[in-house]
Amino acid sequence: MSPDTEIRSVVLAGVGGQGILLASEILARTAMETGYDVKTNEVHGMAQRGGSVIAQIRYGPEVHSPLVAKKTAAVLGALEQVEAMRFADYLSPGGLAVVSSQAIMPVTVSMEAARYPEDIEAKLKRAFPRMVYIRAAEMASGLGDIRTANIVVLGAISKGLDLQQDAWKEAISSCVKEKFREINLRAFELGRHIE
Amino acid sequence: MKHLMSGNEAIARGAYEAGVTIGAGYPGTPSTEILENLAKYKPEVYCEWSPNEKVAFEVAAGASIAGARSIVTMKHVGLNVAADPLMTLSYISVEGGFVACVADDPGMHSSQNEQDTRNYARYAKVPLFEPSDSQEAKDFLKLAISISERYKTPAILRSTTRVGHSRSLVSWDERVASPNKVGLVKNPPRFVPIPVWGRPMRQRVEERLGLLKREAEASPANRIERRDSSLGIVTASISYQYVREVWPDASVLKLGFSYPFPDDLIREFASGVDEVLVVEELDDILEQHIKSLGIACQGRKFVSGMMELSVDRLLASRALMEGREPPKEEPPLFYDELPPRPPVLCPGCPHRGVFYALGKHDVVVTGDIGCYSLGAFKPLDRMDTILCMGAGVSMAHGMQKAGEPKRVIGVVGDSTFFHSGITGLLNIAYNRGSSTIIVLDNRTTAMTGHQDHPGTGRTLQGDVTRAISIEDIGRACGIERVCVVNPYDLESTLKAIDDDVNSDEPSLIVSRAPCPLRERRRVGAVREIDADRCKGCKICLKIACPAIELSADKPQINEIFCGGCGICEQICPAEAIYAQGAASQAEARK
Repeated sequence: MSPDTEIRSVVLAGVGGQGILLASEILARTAMETGYDVKTNEVHGMAQRGGSVIAQIRYGPEVHSPLVAKKTAAVLGALEQVEAMRFADYLSPGGLAVVSSQAIMPVTVSMEAARYPEDIEAKLKRAFPRMVYIRAAEMASGLGDIRTANIVVLGAISKGLDLQQDAWKEAISSCVKEKFREINLRAFELGRHIE
Repeated sequence: MKHLMSGNEAIARGAYEAGVTIGAGYPGTPSTEILENLAKYKPEVYCEWSPNEKVAFEVAAGASIAGARSIVTMKHVGLNVAADPLMTLSYISVEGGFVACVADDPGMHSSQNEQDTRNYARYAKVPLFEPSDSQEAKDFLKLAISISERYKTPAILRSTTRVGHSRSLVSWDERVASPNKVGLVKNPPRFVPIPVWGRPMRQRVEERLGLLKREAEASPANRIERRDSSLGIVTASISYQYVREVWPDASVLKLGFSYPFPDDLIREFASGVDEVLVVEELDDILEQHIKSLGIACQGRKFVSGMMELSVDRLLASRALMEGREPPKEEPPLFYDELPPRPPVLCPGCPHRGVFYALGKHDVVVTGDIGCYSLGAFKPLDRMDTILCMGAGVSMAHGMQKAGEPKRVIGVVGDSTFFHSGITGLLNIAYNRGSSTIIVLDNRTTAMTGHQDHPGTGRTLQGDVTRAISIEDIGRACGIERVCVVNPYDLESTLKAIDDDVNSDEPSLIVSRAPCPLRERRRVGAVREIDADRCKGCKICLKIACPAIELSADKPQINEIFCGGCGICEQICPAEAIYAQGAASQAEARK
């Protein structure tokens, strides 16, 4: 009954258009290159038009469900702070949360139908004892392309997962176009070396 | 070497390996990527987006009757559109292997209902295959092609959102070309179901079902996994994967070739366990059938038939079944302070202009299926009904005829217009209707990920072709009042709607501007709000543009997101919105 402890589950969350699917694919390929069975799930269609997006990745000796059960994710990676809060329930007690400080206002907030929460960092810190809170968007902009914020977060996530460093690099190289390879590899290194 | 593939990619790979040469379909989440991936196996496989699922089904059926192996792809509701050819293709039988790949959407992630396609297999008396991961998606497609060809029956491969959109590892095989020669072998008693020949066909369908049942009994796609004998679970599709995690010790009858039901296998399985539980998503088809065999089993009592299953939900089912308190459903963390983030029309979306203009009219708007369904949400709030593809056109006419006191405007997308809006328009002209129909022509099938259609001038496999004119079709249907508007120009869009709703004639407005997401560029210059001029009236927030953010008292435009459409500039009463940099220029001119 207890979830198989040999299975690693990862949840990536963000807003449609932030590159969640690419990050998910890179992670899955890395697990595959490392020799694990792997399953992922991503949401397409209606959910991608600026809505919340979640990708789920599971790897281990033999994976059945592609979906992550609540409170079982070893790592939660969020490209937007409110989305970290939205999917907080997936993280296992003691799991690693990597949260980008980026704030993207939902239209519900701009319409004044809802409020964007305040003091998110402090709230997340209380919920996630192991949290890395990073300025991924600024770091990516510093590299020259804000769109690599997803890979910065992936780099920070990689420290919480037992996957081979070479496999990460190979997966990044095979998932992005040649002309973006260099900047994405740099974004990954930047994220991986955050203390 | 294994490949990480989504279920949909794997179905396409299976079709390629099985020697399929023809693929047709209509885009629909969660099925779209099947045909998009099969199309990459050009030139061995010819693939096309047809205008709708019925046409696609018939294209594949024609290919099959001529001897080719073919598949047709669609989402679950698409099979309603293609149900007519399905029911009779079952009678006239196929020649080359023919598989309808139909994707269900339990949980309604991107659909208007959660109907269960397994009912159609029974209804049409055709074999049904249900993969539970990507390897099976590939293997079962090939199995379905071979069963279809051997028994000359159409087959259905039913996937679900979680099968089609999950990735897992797949081993590949070489493609084996079909040995069939293409060329219709003339045989009217086989292919023409007029009653005199149709009645014997009816007989043959029944005989075929018996043979298929024998095939299912022995199929490697159906297997018994003997573990602890106190509980035996009958399951199929993605539910199998959840069952393995929630009941790792239970015996399992896993069905992959699930219709006709393998009754002997079910009996054999049930006789070896103390208790039988059926775990299936949506309808209780297996449970009811197993009960009809006189086998006691549980299912719906513990496992819900509404919305998709999950490990979490089945853990609750297990607790309930074992008489334990189900795990408490705690409210999610932060639940009371999370701002909802619903999907919205993208920044720069041309539909926004039309919905804004419709908001200025006291009319009823019958809507349709596509990105523009998002126009139903506040603050745009300008869509009153959605039924199914094409209904935005036909229902407008019905309301008008019923005497709806307000004028009724039907709104339909370009791809949806070609799919099933044309006949509704024809009906308005023929039956002396007076509705106004607006085609939101963004030059693509946007919601499903930008597929081509008869209006785009390109085919699925990248060939240039004739771009069919929506205006010409409107005129040919008998609509005389036809105009084209640029939805980014609010004044002319408002005027066109104004003129048409005040006319007694039926009319067609084509709102034409390409989807900026497809074009991969901004519509115009990035806009900014001059904070000094802004009076904080927040009218610009009424168009639900994700680029306009309200963080302090006054709205601001997020320059990363801005699509440059300029609609906010046109509605700002304080004239505080400019193209980036233009505000200071205006100031300098003063």
